[in-house]
Amino acid sequence: MTVPATAHRPSLDGPASAAPSSLSTWFSDGWVATKRNMIKIKRVPDILVFTTLQPIMFVLLFSYVYAGVIDIPGSDYKEFIMAGIFAQTVVFGSTYSGSAMAQDLKDGIIDRFRTLPMSPSAVLIGRTNGDLFINTVSMVVMIGTGLVVGWRVRSSLLEALAGVALLLFFAYALSWVLAFLGMCVRSPEVINNVSFLVLFPLTFISNAFVPAESLPTPLRIFAEYNPVSALVQSARELFGNVPPEARGVSDAWTIQNPILTVLIGIVVMLVIFVPLSIRKFSRISTR
Amino acid sequence: MSFIEAHELVKTYSPRGGPTVYALNGLNLDVPQGTVQALLGPNGAGKTTAVKVFTTLIRPDSGSATIDGIDVGTHGDRIRPMIGVSGQYAAVDENLTGFENLDMVGRLYHLGARASRARATELIELFELTEAQNRPVKGFSGGMRRRIDLAGAIVMRPRVLFLDEPTTGLDPRSRLGMWDIITRLVGEGTTVFLTTQYLEEADRLADDIAVIDGGKVIAQGTADELKASVGGQRIELSLVSEADSAVALEVLRRHGSDEPVLSAEGRTLAVRVAEGPAALQRVLAELHSADVALHDAGMRRPTLDDVFLTLTGHAASADSEGEAAA
Repeated sequence: MTVPATAHRPSLDGPASAAPSSLSTWFSDGWVATKRNMIKIKRVPDILVFTTLQPIMFVLLFSYVYAGVIDIPGSDYKEFIMAGIFAQTVVFGSTYSGSAMAQDLKDGIIDRFRTLPMSPSAVLIGRTNGDLFINTVSMVVMIGTGLVVGWRVRSSLLEALAGVALLLFFAYALSWVLAFLGMCVRSPEVINNVSFLVLFPLTFISNAFVPAESLPTPLRIFAEYNPVSALVQSARELFGNVPPEARGVSDAWTIQNPILTVLIGIVVMLVIFVPLSIRKFSRISTR
Repeated sequence: MSFIEAHELVKTYSPRGGPTVYALNGLNLDVPQGTVQALLGPNGAGKTTAVKVFTTLIRPDSGSATIDGIDVGTHGDRIRPMIGVSGQYAAVDENLTGFENLDMVGRLYHLGARASRARATELIELFELTEAQNRPVKGFSGGMRRRIDLAGAIVMRPRVLFLDEPTTGLDPRSRLGMWDIITRLVGEGTTVFLTTQYLEEADRLADDIAVIDGGKVIAQGTADELKASVGGQRIELSLVSEADSAVALEVLRRHGSDEPVLSAEGRTLAVRVAEGPAALQRVLAELHSADVALHDAGMRRPTLDDVFLTLTGHAASADSEGEAAA
């Protein structure tokens, strides 16, 4: 390699490093890490395709394939199902953090980040923000598709927005759990398979696609105390999609108080897994 | 006073179901400021582990590691702003362009947006990465990735630059290019801590070489000092036919001061001798009368390969890619 023989000789003489640790650097580090994930979403089109097309597919499949078969007393299946599809989609959307952290470890870029004077939480904040962005896009697409096929909000705009916010925050908190697991498992393939193995039963043995009451007793009990059910129930209530006949059918506390259950779930996940993930990040190294 | 210091560093790993592995087993080092220290050793000698300890990635089980008197294990936050690291595996984001990678590192060193962009542009020029500037790193050659990685290590002016096997896996041309860059960085007075399994690389770049094996330093000095420690001159022969190797070995055994070494392919022989030129003359005369045809014959000073072989009892293997964490 030849050295450019110019008078201007770019060199080591970069600026001397200053590493003030303050709220502003924490914020700036988080933003830089978020931007990195945004660029990735832009450059890897399958993420965005998966994020937009799959929810459309689910909305259409469930609305047209099952709507004629599954009978919800007092309600249209399309209205009943929508909160379930929303919940399933955002829950699966939170798995990107798991595989992305494992991939970063595998690629060695975690080692680069860990030797920089940056905030130890920044990479995780950037990653979970990335999931939040993906899920927000999915939500917008699903709401649009839902409205087209005939889903309607029967409450107020404010309540509907609260429902959307609850779905997104639950998924955001779950992203931290999966980011932690991704760093423990260290293999993007394994963490993907494991999260599918756990999340499929969680979303299907719930009230997302069928009323929990219609399930055989052991599955019904599982479904009633399944956090995904509480999430679906919250969204359904906030959208005004719970048929009057279905009210009070289940006497499980989690279904009676779904919003509170979900809020508790979000807080518990964040309180445990934010510090745990940051601690884990501060100790891991590639290979 | 030494700038980088390791005192009795120990780091063990316990692989599942296996015995404890001592990646570092009492490593001691003293590196003065502004010098290039090479850590030379085969795969698994503990080189990468040593770099990981100094770059705050892992904590030693015992012993201490300091840079400018600051403990690496307990004050990582004070160490990180003063070091630059470039590893054996280019730590770059595949989806980002060369420019974006460098800009990101600049921002994470807390350069302002404008300063960070300017520095990234400058480094792109310095490392001749213009074609990588606006294309995602994905799909670039190993040499190019490595250059982006090294550029990332000097976005700020590091007081110590850690280079973990900077040329492992590179083709000869990229290796020369890398040496060129490193030589230039050294010329600007940066303290460099370099690991390598290539003896030639240590010889060429370093002021001081620490030979490491089994997690500790087994010899240390300049390349010349290390060679002198093995001592003496060598006669090296290259045979036309493998069939003559037994005869040639016999001749060398008579004139050498130790047991001659026959290479694996059976046609290259070497032996240490006391009075070089005279021994060479006698050896050549005898080979001539025995009708042994030679490709090449000559005297040579011991190489670092010889040093390594003498010190460790095994050759420095540069054949296998990818050093395990141990």
